[in-house]
Amino acid sequence: MAAKSEPIATEQVAAHPRAGQVRLVLLVIALAALLAAPLFLYPIFLMKLLAFALFASAFNLLLGYTGLLSFGHAAFFGGAAYFTAHAVKVWGWSPEAGILLGVLGAAALGLVMGAIAIRRQGIYFAMITLALSQMFFFFCLQAPFTHGEDGIQSVPRGHLFGVIDLNQPLNMYYFVLAVFVIGLLIIWRFVNSPFGMILKSIRENESRAISLGYSVQHYKLGAFVMSAALAGLAGGVKALIFQFATLTDVTWQMSGEVILMTLLGGIGTLFGPIVGSGLVVTLQNVLATSDFPVTIITGLVFMVCVLLFRRGIVGEFCATKLGKMLGFRTEN
Amino acid sequence: MALSVATQAGPRVVLSARGLGKDFSGFTAVNGVDLDVHHSRIHALIGPNGAGKTTVFNLLTKFLQPTRGQITLLGQDITHTRPDKVARMGLVRSFQISAIFPHLTVRENVKVALQRPAGLATQFWLPLSSLDRLDARADELIEKLGLSRWRDYRAADLSYGRKRVLEIATTLALDPAVLLLDEPMAGMGQEDVAMVADIIRDVASERAVLMVEHNLSVVADICHHVTVLQRGEIIATGDYATVSADPRVRTAYMGSEA
Ligand SMILES: Nc1ncnc2c1ncn2[C@@H]1O[C@H](COP(=O)(O)OP(=O)(O)OP(=O)(O)O)[C@@H](O)[C@H]1O
Ligand SMILES: [Mg+2]
Repeated sequence: MAAKSEPIATEQVAAHPRAGQVRLVLLVIALAALLAAPLFLYPIFLMKLLAFALFASAFNLLLGYTGLLSFGHAAFFGGAAYFTAHAVKVWGWSPEAGILLGVLGAAALGLVMGAIAIRRQGIYFAMITLALSQMFFFFCLQAPFTHGEDGIQSVPRGHLFGVIDLNQPLNMYYFVLAVFVIGLLIIWRFVNSPFGMILKSIRENESRAISLGYSVQHYKLGAFVMSAALAGLAGGVKALIFQFATLTDVTWQMSGEVILMTLLGGIGTLFGPIVGSGLVVTLQNVLATSDFPVTIITGLVFMVCVLLFRRGIVGEFCATKLGKMLGFRTEN
Repeated sequence: MALSVATQAGPRVVLSARGLGKDFSGFTAVNGVDLDVHHSRIHALIGPNGAGKTTVFNLLTKFLQPTRGQITLLGQDITHTRPDKVARMGLVRSFQISAIFPHLTVRENVKVALQRPAGLATQFWLPLSSLDRLDARADELIEKLGLSRWRDYRAADLSYGRKRVLEIATTLALDPAVLLLDEPMAGMGQEDVAMVADIIRDVASERAVLMVEHNLSVVADICHHVTVLQRGEIIATGDYATVSADPRVRTAYMGSEA
């Protein structure tokens, strides 16, 4: 057959044939660094990093891979923290059962909020999720089990599976690390699955997906519930890390913070939210001991980042020649 | 002349509309449209720009809710059915502005269409490799539409004409009972027009096709039945010879040319 000339985007850089191996090595290095990290840094700080990284990754599952901007994810994060804390402290549940309750509770909340919001598009979707999460905030403010302004304090960490004492900081750290890795694996599988393929096609061309017979609302709702459940996983773990469940985690500011972390790192990339949350949490920790007002500084950092690299830190890296050679992909 | 369709003995009616109408805030885009689409027949819907052809497609596929009238698909009333359900019942459309998934490869585009009928769309726990078993069927369609060379290209990098061909491939992947094609050949080169015309004729042997097309030689060549729309209303319907001889059609649509 005669070869016809075809206009192709020629600046595309093909991934290097050994890119997969290089990525694997980088992944192993990152994992080794996480395993060794408590030798150099405070476990409590590292655990906070991991919890927020998981939260932001869960949020990114929705924004980056489904194209839905939720302004109510604090409800799942903070809500799960309450559920877990209450189960462990008042009912005396084991930590794993408490976290499971947090996940299921967040998923149930997600199902209700999602079912109401999912038919709306764009900014309307964001506003409805915000309104619903504010309703949940007032519920938490009033409900007796959350203890209002005091929150649920001195939550016992307990023994994992009845044997591993989580009061030992290192035990707790490796438990949180394991949860974090499992959470990321779930996200990775979810995105790279038959379901993820349909989500991607919906994001690319919703009308076309409908005309192929996909009930797009159901797929979006599925992603919303999964995102809520994983945000709940992060929230439940956070309650055990700080032994504390508080109103702060269900405020709209928390919903805003996770948006900021995700945009900063780069939406639609697996590692973007991790880098973004790491940056924000570190910044908060550094500034907490200084006289600078934290919110102003993070706001400024955010503005600079948005102006300098609109795709987020990891997104920009993926778009560089090196990133493409290594076969890193973004979703846009 | 509307009589001839209804009374004609022959292939069964698979899609029909009665008194179909659509108002856009006071403006009547479609009015009193009666349409019968038959199995194993190619039916053309033609008319000048803005006549309401795409709107009729949107109504039939339920992307728009009709203001008036009734639609029946394979004996079932679909006037109030959701568009994704209509697609699952066997009425699948293509779009006037080519609808593809730009960041997916040609093969992935076709596979997305194959996933649902294969029951491989909701599994969020399976790896992507579980979709490998759709490759053979996808490649077959890609081959049939002459896209093999571009199989692993991102759809966004295809030429305009090939994007349209790809859209037809994904539509055919669903093996629909009724196929609605909105200007399938717009922007294609002469060779591709001939190829797509052949394919449409070929696939119509086992399904019904309703197509909007401006290329009248193609319409004359492959369509069994032609309906002419003007300002939202049907002004003529019948075979090509009858319709093109109609004085109203000649003045309204074809001008002075026969
Ligand atoms: N969503 C809408 N809201 C308001 N008016 C609309 C809408 N969709 C279509 N119209 C109007 O209805 C009329 C018919 O449009 P339609 O797209 O159906 O025409 P068409 O026959 O497909 O034309 P073309 O040959 O240019 O594709 C036009 O006047 C158009 O402006
Ligand atoms: Mg049109």
